[in-house]
Amino acid sequence: MKILVTVKRVEDYESKIKVRPDNTWIVTEGVNCKSNPFDDIAVEEALRLKAVHGGEVVAVSAGPAAAVTELRQMLATGADRAVLVKHEGYLDSDAAARLLVKVVEKEKPDLVLMGKQAVDFDANTAGQLAAEYLGWGQITFASKEESLESDAEKKGVPGLQLTEDKKSLRVWREVDGGMEQLEVALPAVVTVDLRLVKQLRYAKLPDIMKAKKKPIEELTPAALGVDVAPKVKVLRVDPPPVRKAGVKVPDVPTLVEKLKTEAKVI
Amino acid sequence: MGDILVVAEQFRGKVRKASLNALGAGQAVAARTGGALQVLVVGKDVGAAAQALAGYGAKAVLVADAEALEHPLAETWGKVIADAAKATGASYVVMAATPLGKDILPRAAARAGAGIASDIVGLAGDGANVHFRRAMWAGNAIATCEVTTPVKFVSVRPTEFAEAAPGAASPVQPFAAGAGAPKTKFVQFKELKSERPDLGDAPVVVSGGRGTKGDFKPLEALADAMGAAIGATRAVVDAGWMPNDTQIGQTGKVVAPKLYIAAGISGAIQHLAGMKGSKTIVAINKDPEAPIFQVADYGLVADLFKAVPELTEAVKKAKG
Repeated sequence: MKILVTVKRVEDYESKIKVRPDNTWIVTEGVNCKSNPFDDIAVEEALRLKAVHGGEVVAVSAGPAAAVTELRQMLATGADRAVLVKHEGYLDSDAAARLLVKVVEKEKPDLVLMGKQAVDFDANTAGQLAAEYLGWGQITFASKEESLESDAEKKGVPGLQLTEDKKSLRVWREVDGGMEQLEVALPAVVTVDLRLVKQLRYAKLPDIMKAKKKPIEELTPAALGVDVAPKVKVLRVDPPPVRKAGVKVPDVPTLVEKLKTEAKVI
Repeated sequence: MGDILVVAEQFRGKVRKASLNALGAGQAVAARTGGALQVLVVGKDVGAAAQALAGYGAKAVLVADAEALEHPLAETWGKVIADAAKATGASYVVMAATPLGKDILPRAAARAGAGIASDIVGLAGDGANVHFRRAMWAGNAIATCEVTTPVKFVSVRPTEFAEAAPGAASPVQPFAAGAGAPKTKFVQFKELKSERPDLGDAPVVVSGGRGTKGDFKPLEALADAMGAAIGATRAVVDAGWMPNDTQIGQTGKVVAPKLYIAAGISGAIQHLAGMKGSKTIVAINKDPEAPIFQVADYGLVADLFKAVPELTEAVKKAKG
């Protein structure tokens, strides 16, 4: 099974994010970056699928040259190859999707696995856009119920189940009111949610050393014939509304009194 | 100037409340652009849902009702939405950013060759030039965005838009649209029933974090006393203590109730992103340094296993 996994280089979600005084973007100087946590989940699931079904896992990123770091990380974790479509500066979800489509046309994978959203833009659209451009089926928010302590999780059983004829995947997904199971014909796009994987593997030192020799192919939007002009332009960035400072109350009776008389919510 | 097509979501024939907020957003866009409002309902046996949407002053309520549309699949519903956008000559296509809206609307946008601004938290710009505000970096920054294509698809965060104002009656018309040949099919739905109000609707939300250690009984008693919905942090849901659709946060649900009571929740940025729009926030935590106290209007440093039952009793007394 050939699996293409997307990896986006994003600001570390533990960092303090501040808006630039000129409101053009956030301050990026001195802010640590790492791979999008949802993409880490996609890579883990891809490696589990490869362990069961054989094949190849290719990590792809569209972004700045510095994203080579995140791709090396994925190679160290177990991806076989990596592709970087280099572009410095803003790429909206649609441009990212169209670049992904070009890489898919080159690589011809059976499955594209992506994090459901990147924790910088929080758009949650690229996978769905790519699926439509490709004319493929899509399943978003792939998840599973098995807990961290379950046998299945301990054995690294993938959450995505290949059907007997190997032509489709059965996937559980998180929806309002419960879990829904869909079946999608391959090739397909699947975006992954937090609970698809309960435990990520970590690269060991020998793998990190081996990864230095694994190839990272570098492409550009121009070479792929893609115009990355955004369909969603960011005009300005502002800090969020600030809440008025609150008070500490000494006990429950005081709290109830304030909720009744001040806040008027009970 | 084209129409504003609002796509309503229904579940088992009932209109989802979030769609009324999307309709409100549609009305707000229409007020800016002078375009007419149209509504689209998709599914199987959705006549009653269509009627429920016919009192908001829309030019028409279009109903795409077919066996093949029974289950919301991005390929089928996405195609119908794109077809309806074309047929109505819509300039804006609006839908609530529920899990279903997030799954389906981008697909429709791509099919229509249009840009999509997702999960918007407000309108911006001048007059007929409508721009959209989006929360980025877990709500640490609010971006003002412009969709550069002539047709603009927008999914809206329901908590940020008022419900639609009632208006003149709309004719309800069938919209014939093929479902296409989807590569996905519905297998089964495992429902997790709850007697409690929906997290998206409830005026009061009682929410628990790691501090509950998995014991939600005190919070359930408080929620019962207040008629509240119950929410949880990611840690709680990951641990399997609460179902996935109770997760409140950047990657879960965003709520903005009148009163949000956070018990045993430390207040990670990703959780705050899902509730800091609440009108009044109460935090109960043993740790006086917990970040949640920075957003709380009222903070109580206490053991939730003592404070929450005490609060439940006091609420019951106050209600008489």
